[in-house]
Amino acid sequence: MNITTFIFILLSVISVGSALMMIASKSPVHSILWLIIVFFTISGHYVLLNAQFLAVVNIIVYAGAIMVLFLFVVMLMNLNAETEPIKNYRLQLVGILSGGSLLLLLVLALMKIDASHQVQMKVGDAGLIKVLGMTLFKNYVLPFEISSVLFLSAMIGAVIIGKKEEKSAN
Amino acid sequence: MLLAIDFALIIEKLILIVVVVSASLVIAMYTTFAERKVAAILQDRRGPNRAGPFGLLQPLADGLKLFFKEEIIPNFSSKFLFILGPALAMLTAVMTSAVVPWGDKVQLFDREINLQIADINIGILYVFGVVSMGVYGIMIGSWASNNKFSLLGGLRAASQIISYELAMGISLIALLMVTGTLSLKEMVVQQQAGHWNIIYQPLGFLIFLICAFAECNRTPFDLPEAENELIGGYHTEYSSMKLGFYLFSEYINMFISSVIMATLFFGGYDMPFVNEANFTPNIAAIIGVAALMTKVILFIFLFMWVRWTIPRFRYDQLMHLGWRILIPLALFNMLVTGAAVLYFNR
Repeated sequence: MNITTFIFILLSVISVGSALMMIASKSPVHSILWLIIVFFTISGHYVLLNAQFLAVVNIIVYAGAIMVLFLFVVMLMNLNAETEPIKNYRLQLVGILSGGSLLLLLVLALMKIDASHQVQMKVGDAGLIKVLGMTLFKNYVLPFEISSVLFLSAMIGAVIIGKKEEKSAN
Repeated sequence: MLLAIDFALIIEKLILIVVVVSASLVIAMYTTFAERKVAAILQDRRGPNRAGPFGLLQPLADGLKLFFKEEIIPNFSSKFLFILGPALAMLTAVMTSAVVPWGDKVQLFDREINLQIADINIGILYVFGVVSMGVYGIMIGSWASNNKFSLLGGLRAASQIISYELAMGISLIALLMVTGTLSLKEMVVQQQAGHWNIIYQPLGFLIFLICAFAECNRTPFDLPEAENELIGGYHTEYSSMKLGFYLFSEYINMFISSVIMATLFFGGYDMPFVNEANFTPNIAAIIGVAALMTKVILFIFLFMWVRWTIPRFRYDQLMHLGWRILIPLALFNMLVTGAAVLYFNR
């Protein structure tokens, strides 16, 4: 077993383990902290695939900004295990059913995989910033700009929702 | 090979890491001393002068005192997270130093040693990522304290750092348009050959500087620990060396952000008006490190000067400055820079 495989297995164990812990832990704050660890291990996987840019952007955007906001909201609302409402039994059943069918689908898809199409470790330059920039701004510039308009509309929507609340409070 | 093992290289890097981390700790230690001395000068006092000659042993005495203080962990706090908070603050503060080029190559024992722990091609983004992690130490610690004042301090820290990260990122984009590289080493090499980036990006530097003050929680942006509103802010419940770690990580952050600003905008280890090629590599490297340290000390002095000159902002003023002034200004700067780069490169 070479060192790359070893690191891959280590990262995978940590990421799956902390993903499970994220679901299993009672306190929302602990869940968020586990999720942050998951993001870190995913960044580790990106580095193994020679995609440093994706790795660091994953950390900046997800672990650095989105998770801080999650944590912010959870801390502000002071959610903890005692205040968590007791979930409906039927809802739990539906959750298990839908999650189980997704798992079944994934397993079926994985069974069809051709062994010759394995992921190539530490080669390829698809994740490097130069290649990524060229691809995004040359080949896919239109979808990129359209998705940015989507983000803009989401932002404006958030601002409008925030404004409305202020008015009704007055 | 990406992960081939070269033991000499590992030992070299390990020594470099130990040197860099301990140097930043010692510098942070003496920055606390310098802060008190600068405050004394600005307020026409004498400052600490009892421990050792000119009070030079004062940081050691302070550290010793913190170590001997009683450890108090609040009854209802989550013990693991309570300890994790200051540890994370310290860890993220020190981690940034990994990609900083401290100097040029040194020749020692027939080896060429780069005075940089890791020259990764996304250097500045790495710094940005680690800085954005820094807020977790404060947030986790403040939440684990189970104290309303701590929690308020932590929430303030989170919203402040996220708000100012945006303007900082946009001002960095303008800089990256000029340099065309993300590697800090390459940026310094470019500035050695040409002009310092401050000439091309004066507005960008100003925005970056203000945001750096906010990210380090320094006055006038030290809302998370505003003592007359929040007792002690996020570290109200902390005592002993855990409190020391929080205070200390602020000084390390200050040191590292000074280094980053010197590297990005003021030529890093480049000594102005001196051609480094005239000297042997080792002497050139020593001159480089000395030049970088001089710039860093000037920046640290600026941090302190501002602290004792400008009073703390109110919270709405802070948000107004971040969202309504700095971000539009940074966007304007980016637009102008983009147009200029497009025009002159044609």
